[in-house]
Amino acid sequence: MAELTTQERMKIPRQPMPNQDGEVRRANFDEVALGYDEETAKKEAERCLQCKKPLCREGCPVGVLIPQFIKAMREGDMAGAVEAMKVKNNLPAICGRVCPQESQCEGKCILGKKGEPVAIGRLERFVGDYELAHRTCPLVSAPATGKKVAVVGTGPAGLTCAVDVAREGHKVTMFESLHGPGGVLIYGIPEFRLPKGVVHGEIDYAAKCLGIEILADHVIGRTITLDELLAEYDAVFLGTGAGLPSFMRIPGINLNGVMSANEFLTRVNLMKGYLFPQYDTPVKAGKSVAVVGAGNVAMDAARCSARIQALHAKKTGAEPGEVHIVYRRSRDEIPARAEEVHHAEEEGVIFDLLTNPVEILGDSEGKVVGMRCVRMELGEPDASGRRKPVTIPGSEFEMKVDTVIMALGTSPNPLVFVDADGLERTKHGTAVADTETGRTRKQRVWAGGDVVTGAATVISAMGAGKRAAADINAFLKGQSSW
Amino acid sequence: MYKILEKQVLSDVTKLMVIQAPHVARKAKAGQFIIIRIDENGERIPLTIADFDRNAGTITIIFQELGKSTLQLGKLNVGDSVATFVGPLGHPTEVENFGTVVCMGGGVGIAPIYPIARALKEAGNTVISIIGARSKDLLFWEEKMRAVSDELHICTDDGSHGRKALVTEPLKEVLEDAGRKVAKVWAIGPAVMMKFVSLTTKPFNVPTIVSLNTIMIDGTGMCGGCRVLLEDGAQFVCVDGPEFDGHKVDWGNLLSRLSFYREEEKAAVEHYEHTCNLDKAIAEGGK
Repeated sequence: MAELTTQERMKIPRQPMPNQDGEVRRANFDEVALGYDEETAKKEAERCLQCKKPLCREGCPVGVLIPQFIKAMREGDMAGAVEAMKVKNNLPAICGRVCPQESQCEGKCILGKKGEPVAIGRLERFVGDYELAHRTCPLVSAPATGKKVAVVGTGPAGLTCAVDVAREGHKVTMFESLHGPGGVLIYGIPEFRLPKGVVHGEIDYAAKCLGIEILADHVIGRTITLDELLAEYDAVFLGTGAGLPSFMRIPGINLNGVMSANEFLTRVNLMKGYLFPQYDTPVKAGKSVAVVGAGNVAMDAARCSARIQALHAKKTGAEPGEVHIVYRRSRDEIPARAEEVHHAEEEGVIFDLLTNPVEILGDSEGKVVGMRCVRMELGEPDASGRRKPVTIPGSEFEMKVDTVIMALGTSPNPLVFVDADGLERTKHGTAVADTETGRTRKQRVWAGGDVVTGAATVISAMGAGKRAAADINAFLKGQSSW
Repeated sequence: MYKILEKQVLSDVTKLMVIQAPHVARKAKAGQFIIIRIDENGERIPLTIADFDRNAGTITIIFQELGKSTLQLGKLNVGDSVATFVGPLGHPTEVENFGTVVCMGGGVGIAPIYPIARALKEAGNTVISIIGARSKDLLFWEEKMRAVSDELHICTDDGSHGRKALVTEPLKEVLEDAGRKVAKVWAIGPAVMMKFVSLTTKPFNVPTIVSLNTIMIDGTGMCGGCRVLLEDGAQFVCVDGPEFDGHKVDWGNLLSRLSFYREEEKAAVEHYEHTCNLDKAIAEGGK
């Protein structure tokens, strides 16, 4: 094909990604976004203007060589695209699916100024999936250095750090409290957004290529403590996340049918509760589910609830029921990605905005039967510029619900700090660490991801894992002292 | 994978297994628990540590076959493995010389009370133990308990062995005996038993520690499925417990939460037995 001119490139419309129909997908856990085929991917790749100073790269927390991988793609050199990708990002099939590209790489794409940005995320996903299927570019590590690094937690931060450290030839051992690696990628994000086969595939591949050992069933603070790890390893990275759920302090919080989004999502995703009784772990979503909160976790919980209702209805012939998102602010303040909100709406989730629960109501057997709520209005902006929700007097009303899922955010698990003298923590329970290097106040201990920031995004955790790995590598080489 | 090194049948429905798990044995203490998952399709269930051997790298568990997972576990044999075995979880029992203490084990709760009684005895306490079950064939470890106790009371609901009484009866007599001065009571067993032990000791103002066995998933504090209501708010059994002050527990809430998945638990057993029978039929048909 002849080289296109800039004008010709700009005339190509952004290629849409085919999706499963809303009605159909409400009754299955299959992936919603179906991905590009080769022809569409190539066409989308043609839209990239190959900027001399690519702004898209600045928007990427791990600095993926975006124009390079796209150029290789449109030249039909998929192995080259994979190679360019893996200079900076070892988990493209995951990132391409879960990154909020609109506020990162695509948010900076020059084409977005006048029209629509290049679909960098979709192209990244295509490269990742291609690599998982073809294995063109095995990761290679430098000769063994004899140094040992422990990485605690196998979520996005730990995985990214482990891979970058192992590439330098250091022996990496990862410790995971659950029965398999992946952290939130496995127990939190549902199959229909991020298929577990993709996560397992990408982790196994990286671990095998680089000789990373993964020890499951090891709980930091219980099975092994930080001080014990320091006695055996030259460096320790803590990527333990923020797994401790918050509950509202209102009456009725311990009634049957009230659970944290973490519990609900763990039952659904990690334990495959939606396949009960083929899988042993049961999960219930009643006839009327209220998910309290409006972050990405709330959207995941709501969309899983809708699916479980639909599957149950299919089996029993009953009505599927309702799922509500209950949020105390207005639509403009919803913290979830716009795409997730849109998907939830397509799947029939009802949004009760400017609504706040004040009590959960139960029957004589201790089961949830309703929720007393108040209506809110937005007051003056506070110090952070966010308008504070204020209760409207006399607005109390009852919602009839039988399941309440609390998706109000999470904080780091205090077990991380057991037998870890000198590992400082903030009053929010997060570890104190330098944002650039990931160094904590305890010698030879680095930390990154949600354990430092509190609940944030997959890609910001990956960025933190990457920065810490660079500093660990420099430290182990003797290029920097503690 | 974690290998089963030893299996004992303690009663028709109570089994003991010694599991190879050096990472757990290295740190295990009386009062802690583990989470076990049998296979890839399995659920994660908590079981209290009944014994451990650091040198051999083993943990002993005892379980009663009550539902799908414990039925399936009971069918495994020496040489078989389980997929997940994680721990030790929860806080260990606080052991010191309190004076005279009472250790109570109900049914399968006799297993976890044993290492606690042993540790308390070793710490110099006078240990009065009271164990009980519905009937004789559900009792076990009588001799082991006797060996670590200064005094042992045995009760069965139906009188088939020991005294025909609930465990709270000898407990009340011990508490009423002014000469004894009981400093502390430990109770492990079904929630109802622990509730009534707590109600029995309350008027005597004797501190009572119960080990709660709530529904759990991860067992590491990340979901709150195990949360229990205490006088001063909700706590997570897996990280804040499993031991709590029995006088502060909201027993009504605890019992209600334990029953939330009863229908599903029944369905799981039915599904399991159905597939077992199907496998059997296919195996027989193939002959």
